[in-house]
Amino acid sequence: MPAAEVQVPRWRETVAGPYLMLAPAVLLLVVMILVPLALVAATAFTDWHLGGGPPQFVGFETFRTLLEDQDFQIAVWNTTRYVGLVVPATTLMGLAVALLIAECGRGQALYRMIFFLPSVATLAAMSVAWQMLLSPSVGAVPQVLRLLGFAPGNWLQDPHAALPALAMIGIWSEAGFAMLFFLAGLKTVPHELVEAIALDGRGSVVDRLWHVTLPHLAPVTVFVLVFSSIHALRVFDTVAIITRGGPEKATLVALYFIYQEAFSLFRTNLAAAATVLFIAVVLALSLVQLYVMRLGRSR
Amino acid sequence: MRSVGAGVSALSVRGVFKSFGSGAVLADIDLTVGEGEIVSLLGPSGCGKSTLLRIVAGLEQADRGTVQIGPRDVSGLPPGARNVAMVFQSLALYPHLSGRQNISLPLRARRLTRLQRLLGPLRLWSSARSIEREIDAAVDDIAARLDIEGVIDRVPARLSGGQRQRVAIGRALVRDSRLLLLDEPLSSLDAKVRVQARDEIVQIQRAFGVACVFVTHDQGEALAISDHVAVMLGGRVAQFGTPAEIYRDPVSLAVARFVGTPTINVLDGAVDASGRVHAAGFVLDVRLGIPAGQKVSVAVRPEHVRIAAGQDESRPVLRVARIEDHGHDGLVHLAGRDGKAALLVARAGRALAFQPGDEVRVSIPAEDALYFSEDGSRLAGLPVAIAAYARG
Repeated sequence: MPAAEVQVPRWRETVAGPYLMLAPAVLLLVVMILVPLALVAATAFTDWHLGGGPPQFVGFETFRTLLEDQDFQIAVWNTTRYVGLVVPATTLMGLAVALLIAECGRGQALYRMIFFLPSVATLAAMSVAWQMLLSPSVGAVPQVLRLLGFAPGNWLQDPHAALPALAMIGIWSEAGFAMLFFLAGLKTVPHELVEAIALDGRGSVVDRLWHVTLPHLAPVTVFVLVFSSIHALRVFDTVAIITRGGPEKATLVALYFIYQEAFSLFRTNLAAAATVLFIAVVLALSLVQLYVMRLGRSR
Repeated sequence: MRSVGAGVSALSVRGVFKSFGSGAVLADIDLTVGEGEIVSLLGPSGCGKSTLLRIVAGLEQADRGTVQIGPRDVSGLPPGARNVAMVFQSLALYPHLSGRQNISLPLRARRLTRLQRLLGPLRLWSSARSIEREIDAAVDDIAARLDIEGVIDRVPARLSGGQRQRVAIGRALVRDSRLLLLDEPLSSLDAKVRVQARDEIVQIQRAFGVACVFVTHDQGEALAISDHVAVMLGGRVAQFGTPAEIYRDPVSLAVARFVGTPTINVLDGAVDASGRVHAAGFVLDVRLGIPAGQKVSVAVRPEHVRIAAGQDESRPVLRVARIEDHGHDGLVHLAGRDGKAALLVARAGRALAFQPGDEVRVSIPAEDALYFSEDGSRLAGLPVAIAAYARG
């Protein structure tokens, strides 16, 4: 039957039609996200523990307890350090790799794939792999380092080295993603600008980078900074599988703290309050991202 | 650099070849641009004119041949070392830099070290400070000459099209290049602004006295502003000459067809036993010096086609198919009496005196027509009287 003769069902043309079509998505949003969110937010204002008595409304008491909790303070500090390590390195690595790949003629697709692979791999599985790679006795990395005459430590068990080690894994898994955005940005560098700087400058790569490429990539860079911050804030897999917050709480990060409070210590209200704060931070960053994207579009 | 001897041209391209893949894009190009001259590279898209310009700029390498700018052979030099200035089609201003920063960039890149440029605001070196002052003065000077002092601190997005063009020209001219290359700088403008921008470029070029190569596919533009025009067809310079030479005295049928709006009328003809040319009912009294029976193409500009009201029997009768009134003059499209295929276009000051369907007698003065052999090369045609005189 020709397309023109397809009958539009009567119900679609009623006022309720569009709402009916939106309904499945809205239902999922409500059931899976909004209701749980509301319950979490509500729980944060009670003294409810999993398995405890009926909840009592306690106002901001839970938040006060949370802010005074030493583990929470450690988790906030560790998360901040983790983000501070991962975000700049991810961005710089992504940019550097993208610049190199964009310059190499043949094999671009191959290199792009190699560097992007960590981003698509399941981080939980990769965590196990990294744990083995870094294992002090049998791991490949310490063995190679020993062959080269270094004395590798037991990083994952060292309170000073554990967080940077996890950060390194985080960078490894995120840089490819950042690279992809930079590569896309590099594709749109105006050709005539590149030629203009070849004539105006002294023909060096630095001139081209400084005056053409990097300014052109500025909006992409802000975007990459924001999303890699959000990703770094959400670090969990590596911590849960490799270090379990240790050693000596050196890798106790925000999400692992929430997980522990909720499911090991059953201080459900504290976990809920921490979640509310966490969501607030992520939301704020998302707003920054939205603002930056809108700024980029209006230029 | 050594002193410039007399007779040194601003640009001299010799025997340049260039091919991409298997296809030759440029073949045996020679081109000379005198000091202070505007030379247009005119041709349809794909004729190689932009490639030639890019080879001159150093953005593309020729397979063979030399490029000399002033007294210097620059064939092997990178673009930045050639001392050429270029205005791109998109103008290619750095979008994040102000007009002033755009104009000063070529100077800063040349006179300051990278560290000095980066740490410029800290004012660490006294030598760098004095260079910065010189650069500022140079930029102020050029901005004044281009009349953009008031807007020079704006970023390109906040400038008008004309101001942007001036900033682009300022950036090109600020370092006293001997040669200014313009790659279709007007093609993105609409018709009215275009003429204005074109005049502005000529004015600025004359004021600065810099030699200029101007790439365009618009023949009106090329004829209007150039001292010389290089008509490029199929990767070769088909003809090099003044605008008048290109228009009145084309060396080949292809050039004659490419230059002029509307396109030159071309009639198929043949030489008869007495040596005269017969074409579409017209008899042209010329001597081409080729054997009888040979085919020739007779090309005649619309302004040379004469429409007469008289009853001169020797003139063929054509029917007016269509009138195009341009105000100051008009075009009369003429077809055969049967009204079939369009035959000729005539330019007439009083086009409106005719009506479609009118039958008119038309003549082509033999001395105004151009004659081309079958291979498209020009045949010298002497009017009979002169030919007879020449024979004595």
